[in-house]
Amino acid sequence: MRELSRIFEGETGPVEALRDIDLTVEPGEFCVLVGPSGCGKTTLLRMIAGLDQPSSGSVETRLPAGGGRPTNAVVFQGRSVFPWLSVRDNVAYGLRLRGVGRREQEATAGRLIDLVGLTGSEQAYPHQLSEGMRQRVAIGRALAVDPDILLMDEPFGALDEQLRFTLQEELLGIWAATGKTIVLVTHSIDEAMVLADQIVLLGARPGRVLRRMAVPFSRPRTLESVREHPAYASLFRGIRDGLRDGTGPGALEVTR
Amino acid sequence: MSTAGIHDRHRPASATTPGAATDRPKRRGNRGPATVLLTLSGPVVILLTWELLARTGTIDDRFWPAPSSLWPAAVDLWREDDLAGDIRLTIIRILGGFLLGSIPAVVVGLAMGLSWPIRTVLMPIATVVYALPKIALLPLMLIAFGTGEASKLAIVALSIFFLVALNTMSGVLAIDPGFRDVARNFGASPLATFRTVALPGALPSIFTGLRLAMGFALVVIVGTEFLSARQGGLGDLIWQSWQILAIRDMYVGLLITGVLGWMLTVGLDVIERVVIPWQRERR
Repeated sequence: MRELSRIFEGETGPVEALRDIDLTVEPGEFCVLVGPSGCGKTTLLRMIAGLDQPSSGSVETRLPAGGGRPTNAVVFQGRSVFPWLSVRDNVAYGLRLRGVGRREQEATAGRLIDLVGLTGSEQAYPHQLSEGMRQRVAIGRALAVDPDILLMDEPFGALDEQLRFTLQEELLGIWAATGKTIVLVTHSIDEAMVLADQIVLLGARPGRVLRRMAVPFSRPRTLESVREHPAYASLFRGIRDGLRDGTGPGALEVTR
Repeated sequence: MSTAGIHDRHRPASATTPGAATDRPKRRGNRGPATVLLTLSGPVVILLTWELLARTGTIDDRFWPAPSSLWPAAVDLWREDDLAGDIRLTIIRILGGFLLGSIPAVVVGLAMGLSWPIRTVLMPIATVVYALPKIALLPLMLIAFGTGEASKLAIVALSIFFLVALNTMSGVLAIDPGFRDVARNFGASPLATFRTVALPGALPSIFTGLRLAMGFALVVIVGTEFLSARQGGLGDLIWQSWQILAIRDMYVGLLITGVLGWMLTVGLDVIERVVIPWQRERR
């Protein structure tokens, strides 16, 4: 289909936010960036999105010729859903900016509202929704423009645990249905293990890649199936030690 | 995939969160009638006490005439003098000056919020003029625009201009920068960002400015009418009545001015509710 790689060798100002990041994400891969706060996860994601520029190095996206679709769309951390637009208009926002016809906007928005489970709430304004529903709107809005890459910055960080589990499973469903490449940032080790094909551990000060790990669990996954898997404990420990020590021993590498 | 209903149970129990997506905004119990009663009770008690004190001669009814005696005075003013004309004049001056001042103020305020150089250049001027008692500018307005209607519209417009502009600016500045990132991520042009993020995001703040401005406009126009004798308007009515000690007429002018101010504010609230349907229920 397409081949996709991104390389960073970032260095920002006197404070070195990110140092020599080398990272490749395959098309259709679910890549999760895990790291402590202040490790530059968000900065890295913003650079992939093109919202920040690396001070050195570059981000490369190898994709088939355009076709009018955007390369990426971001699901931002916290409140990013426009309070002044209804659910439908929020989801259709990117399409409207791209000059898509009104009828097509509504059809696409309707389809995505169904996909993220908000059917019936099209006319509601964000303040009438729960936090979880707002986050679904943000996901629907990002998917509406049919991007090749979905970038998610701690999309479930503000939610309570139950809801987080539900949305994680739904995200896996959406990922399976759409075949998007997803890069997701989180600080939750469990979240990373449930979602990812590849986990990238980031260290802080300066932000750098500590380790890249393949996640061995078969799909479809649920939180339970992952937790009951024999490799769960060792992988969890590996990630935690890796994050704590900066660079862990090579034995922590988990392969498929 | 589950339906939205499942998540209602997981919603944090926040008192300010209205019901599920399809719910109407929540009514707070059955407070409607009680609110009306309590709202009316204040004025009614004051007026009744006043009436009683005036009728029993406890207070001098030459200066504190009984409220009930104001009605005939108002009818006389309407028939003999041109009360309707005074009201019309004041309304035209307020609304005219209000529109003349607030529309450019919103544009300038948005520009100040979005552009650092514009903000830096205009801030000192805005701050100084904002702090100035606006009626002090009347002589200047008279020099610039003559003693007719133009100077009255001008002083209203000028006195609210920076108030609205500064509120608009702070509204733009208060918009979460994340919203602009969203627009940028979707490839919005600067104009599209202005239209889809800055303007709607600043609207609540703009309306706060407009509501304050409406109060200012009333103060300034009545003061201006005090000082421009015999050019009509409710301020003129109040001042002339005082000069000839037609105390009842003065009270009529006061009451109508008060009611007018109230109606203009209510009108603004209605417009706000139509323009900003996403705003949380206030109060």
